[in-house]
Amino acid sequence: MKAKLMDFDKALELFEPVLGFEVHVELGTKTKMFSAAPNPAHPEFHGAGPNTLIDPLSLGLPGSLPVTNETAVRYSISLGLALGCEIATSCRFARKNYFYPDTPKNYQISQYDEPIAFEGQVEIELANGRRFTVPIERAHMEEDAGKLTHVGGSTGRIQGAEYSLVDYNRAGVPLVEIVTHMIFGAEHDAPELAKAYVGAIRDIVLSLGISEARMERGNLRCDANVSLRPRGSEQLGTRTETKNVNSMRSVERAVRYEIQRQAAILADGGTITQETRHWHEDTGVTSPGRPKSDADDYRYFPEPDLLPVEPSRELVEELRAALPEQPVARKRRLKAEWGFSDLEFQDVVNGDMLHLVDATVAAGAAPQSARKWWTGEIARVANERGVEAASLVEPARVAELQRLIDEGALTDRLARQALEGVMAGEGSPAEVAEARGLKVVTDESALVAAVDDALAAQPDVLQKIRDGKVQAAGAVIGAVMKAMRGQADAARVREIVLERASS
Amino acid sequence: MSEITREEVQHLAGLARIALTDDEVTSLTTELSQIVDAIATVREVAGDDIPATSHPVPMANVLREDVVGETLTHEQAFAGAPSHDGERFRVSAILGEEQ
Repeated sequence: MKAKLMDFDKALELFEPVLGFEVHVELGTKTKMFSAAPNPAHPEFHGAGPNTLIDPLSLGLPGSLPVTNETAVRYSISLGLALGCEIATSCRFARKNYFYPDTPKNYQISQYDEPIAFEGQVEIELANGRRFTVPIERAHMEEDAGKLTHVGGSTGRIQGAEYSLVDYNRAGVPLVEIVTHMIFGAEHDAPELAKAYVGAIRDIVLSLGISEARMERGNLRCDANVSLRPRGSEQLGTRTETKNVNSMRSVERAVRYEIQRQAAILADGGTITQETRHWHEDTGVTSPGRPKSDADDYRYFPEPDLLPVEPSRELVEELRAALPEQPVARKRRLKAEWGFSDLEFQDVVNGDMLHLVDATVAAGAAPQSARKWWTGEIARVANERGVEAASLVEPARVAELQRLIDEGALTDRLARQALEGVMAGEGSPAEVAEARGLKVVTDESALVAAVDDALAAQPDVLQKIRDGKVQAAGAVIGAVMKAMRGQADAARVREIVLERASS
Repeated sequence: MSEITREEVQHLAGLARIALTDDEVTSLTTELSQIVDAIATVREVAGDDIPATSHPVPMANVLREDVVGETLTHEQAFAGAPSHDGERFRVSAILGEEQ
């Protein structure tokens, strides 16, 4: 069912949006939060088959007992510090009780009244230059749940499914859940702020090196809370919580959609139902999930199988001293280091490619080359397919592609073809070039022959070159490149054209 | 005497997926009330300066190094499973949403 939407500007005229976010970060430790089973969020265990990264605790088998992962605690403290939070001197875990097959113990180990980190803030900068401080309420440690695949039924959604298949690889993956306070004053920038906030968390997590933070893989997941209140009203409106938002672009779209949807309902005198809503990437709408009800009565109580965590102040200071710079400061530094113009840099930031360009530069590419690939060819394909650029190709491969050009093994045009193969999953740039037979023709005699043919076919051009009109050579170079199916180095062809024309 | 109602007992039983007979609801209503009263008595002596006891043994920071241990084989994992497809556990369709 298509919901009625109000024009965004009109909605903002009548109502003030109030936002809140819950972001889950999967930590990239080697093992799970409370057991020594391998963690699928660690690069070493990507692509493991279903139920191969499990141990008795992952399955909630009787008698299995949790023990807290020290590295996960350190990562959580670092993340808390990077969010400007205070770190608890003592905190405990709690059981969140619910029955659902993704959690075989029938409870999730989380933190309730004593989060490891609390009261912080994240500075973000919007594309229009506006600075914003997002207040953080808490960041707490917990474990992820297993993954259900619903089989059968007509829609593939949960309703109507005949049975479900469960993979417990993800059960027990260390998570930090970051919860914001209510965010006021975003106004027209609300959708962009949502995107920028998630981007800032992603950047922080990446700079700490505690997670790969790939949204499309579920390393970073955002639930967006949106409510509206009439202009001039002090009283908060009823909020909805949109889940399943798996890209930064979706976060922005989902918040915009909820503002427009809720505004239409409220303006018609209706009421907002407090509920969980699901974002649908394909159609760009949210649909109602389950209403908040008895199911939210989780009966939290302190986890008796785990002892409290009491981070020493020495550890906290050690981790604080090792913190990387804040994203806003980092942006300023990178812009200066890379020597990009305002426009070039804004292009990168708006395209959410700062970390991609950075990683490409770190892998050896020149900043300008890295920028051109990401904001050019890769962005074009990403837009065309409606996917995130990051999901198309690894930064290291872009750097390799550029290296092949710099070494003269590929021309720009051949490199674009190689990139196409890389994005299609055919392997590394060198492998694709090899498999597709993409290589620069370095056979001088073949080039010379092609140049002679082209000159002979265009005697008027030959005459012009001889008369000193060097720019006329372009037509001949074009003909030679065409004859060589683009597999020649244009600069070398130009040299040969000028040589042969004057001989 | 605290005011635990039959409805609250039934609600809790529902959340805990425990089927109770009417007689059990009656006796549990009484027992739970007594437990709540007992806790209220303790609360009277415990001032604000006394932290809540969640763990009887004064220990903290029992942590594990981040080192991979043993995993289960599919055969072991599915040994007690009522249903599976060789790779994943098979459960009845759930009418609800993930938490």
